[in-house]
Amino acid sequence: MTNARLALTLLAASIALIGCGEDKKPEAKQAPVAQEKKAPPPPQTIEIKIGHVAPLTGGNAHLGKDNENGARLALEEANAAKVTIEGKQANFVLVPEDDQEDPKVGTTVAQKLVDAKVAGVVGHLNSGTSIPASPIYSQAGIPVISGSATNPKLTEQGFKTQFRVVGRDDQQGPAIASYLAEQKKPKLVAVVDDASAYGEGIANEVEKTLKAANVKVLPREKGTNKTVDWKAILTKLKGRNPDAVFYGGMTSTAGPMLKQGRELGVKAVFLFGDGACEGEMAKLAGEAAEGFLCSQAGIPPMASDKKFLDSFKKKFGEDPKQYSPFTYDAANLLIEAMKKANSADPVKYLPELAKINFKGATGQIAFDDKGDRKDAEITISVMKGGKLEPVAVVKAGKTIAFDDFVKGAGAAPAVAPAAEPAKAEEKKDEPKK
Amino acid sequence: MDIFVQQLVNGLTLGAVYAVVALGYTMVYGIIQLINFAHGEVVMIGAMVAFTVIRRLADAGLPPVLVVLIGTACAVPVCMAVGYAMERLAYRPLRRAPRLAPLITAIGVSIVLQHLAMLIWSRNVLAFPQIIPAVSFTIAGASVTGVQIAILGVCFAMMAALALLVYRTRLGRAMRATAQNPQVAALMGVDVNRVIATTFVIGAALAAVAGVLYGTYYGVVQYTFGSLLGLKAFAAAVLGGIGNIPGAMLGGLLLGIVEALGAGYIGDFSDLCSYGLGPAERCADGGHFVLFGSNYQDVFAFLVLILVLVFRPSGILGERVGDRA
Repeated sequence: MTNARLALTLLAASIALIGCGEDKKPEAKQAPVAQEKKAPPPPQTIEIKIGHVAPLTGGNAHLGKDNENGARLALEEANAAKVTIEGKQANFVLVPEDDQEDPKVGTTVAQKLVDAKVAGVVGHLNSGTSIPASPIYSQAGIPVISGSATNPKLTEQGFKTQFRVVGRDDQQGPAIASYLAEQKKPKLVAVVDDASAYGEGIANEVEKTLKAANVKVLPREKGTNKTVDWKAILTKLKGRNPDAVFYGGMTSTAGPMLKQGRELGVKAVFLFGDGACEGEMAKLAGEAAEGFLCSQAGIPPMASDKKFLDSFKKKFGEDPKQYSPFTYDAANLLIEAMKKANSADPVKYLPELAKINFKGATGQIAFDDKGDRKDAEITISVMKGGKLEPVAVVKAGKTIAFDDFVKGAGAAPAVAPAAEPAKAEEKKDEPKK
Repeated sequence: MDIFVQQLVNGLTLGAVYAVVALGYTMVYGIIQLINFAHGEVVMIGAMVAFTVIRRLADAGLPPVLVVLIGTACAVPVCMAVGYAMERLAYRPLRRAPRLAPLITAIGVSIVLQHLAMLIWSRNVLAFPQIIPAVSFTIAGASVTGVQIAILGVCFAMMAALALLVYRTRLGRAMRATAQNPQVAALMGVDVNRVIATTFVIGAALAAVAGVLYGTYYGVVQYTFGSLLGLKAFAAAVLGGIGNIPGAMLGGLLLGIVEALGAGYIGDFSDLCSYGLGPAERCADGGHFVLFGSNYQDVFAFLVLILVLVFRPSGILGERVGDRA
């Protein structure tokens, strides 16, 4: 008797736990767009599903959530604006998926979205999951726009459905490497990566550019995208005494690396790519974060359109972390293309998307024939006093000091406080050691 | 060679943490022949609880060391409760079951604890507030931080205290007796159930402190860090001789050193160019062709485990498990 009762209790408990453990997709604080169906639809409505993929669990979940928020905001604004597609009122529904930064899960999730017959996809966040997923979307003919994947291979595969609204690592890598070579004039540079598609890709670009500039580069050190203990590698580097260390990887591993590097007494200046170019680095590395340089494959989030920043802050209670202005634009691009083609059918709106010219929160967007953003900007920033301050923007091969860029590009009014451009100018002048 | 001492220091610090966690594994195995795979998660819970407390108190203006101590003081009872609950609910009912059942249960408990932590503390990487001022000393060319010295001190103190407990007190004698032969120990008046529960609780308390040390050392914690740490500590316990308390301490320290030195030097040793074996275009003018980079760091622990099990399964200091006739 007692055994059976025990078994039943355990069964009930485990079911409860499973129920608790699963991701609750409709967030409590936002009225899920799907439930809007209860409101009496004036004419007919057409439900248009847009998928979004990013790591919602794991070390960079905060960035994944940020991306999702950007896409969500775009869809909610479109719903509020009562867009008409195919003569019916469009009801955009976000289908968020978690790819856990894992290529295997990325392809599974992509297939899931294809089977759910989404009209378009915003994502993925990581190049490492975007690249294997792209053939799946291409085969199904579903357009996918990434707001953050920077590995060049993504758009080199020849898929007509793959786009991105950020720059590429073969622009970003050379940008930050040239900045380093010109500004700091290092004699010896160490390059480390996290063995992911993104990290290795950008590290390779940086190494190539540095070698072309006749800077000596140490043999590559590698971690993983989950490494927390960098002491062994950093100790080894300390022995070689480089002037600069470039790390290709994401915040969750870059933060500890920076912190441990300073603890061990590594005196080099640290540089990172866009994967670690965000405020969270200050939290993870503490004082050690002071003075590191990083590049972003687009304009810095706080320099995006003010209207977007205000709506974002109002809805989510925090500033955009990194790529949400780009996912916001990506989602809006999909919607805009659908409006132009007056159809949610990928076959019909894909050509419109390919030739679109659209002013988003991150500036004017148009795609080239590979699906890359034309004339994407690369921003170089430095961490000062816990905040990232842009110092330069590289656009179409030219390096512009940030405050000049802000004055020149009237399209994106700088939200940066007046003190920032002044500081940026001051920094540009003083030779840093 | 000047970085050798630094690698050694890093390795010792890491090893000390492994040693403390390995003690939990080894004690439980010695007493009930169960590999408690959920032990790593107890470490993680200790770190997370301490993180929450420290974050609350970070701005309270108290001296940083006191804040960490309060964090630890809160983490220890929570972990002890978790350890006791694990034993009571998951393992005691399976005391007479075939050996596979508690093993699978342990894995299940590990998953449950991990996901409970994920629900409570979210899946993000949590940064320990950097309140302890970073002081570092240079000893023999190596930079040793205050935190590293604290870790070494605390770990060795705990190991000494545990050794004292096990070899010099009545409770320790009861534990050793239960480990040797529970039936006869019961006949001698030892409350076997209580002794086993106490073993779990002591192991959990050690795990809590190890968790706080880990969090303070690396500055970041996440709900998944317990599993890899637990596996490595288990490898350390096996290395030293499972069931053997001095063995666990030795195994932990050794494993930490092997891991640090391995990760530091494997790149140099596996550079084919330095042996003249690499492809010509990669090795030209001082190029490198590294077979195994430092990203193979985590592999060392398990490589050691395999080697130990193949060549000396009873571990360095020999297994210490009672005979259960």
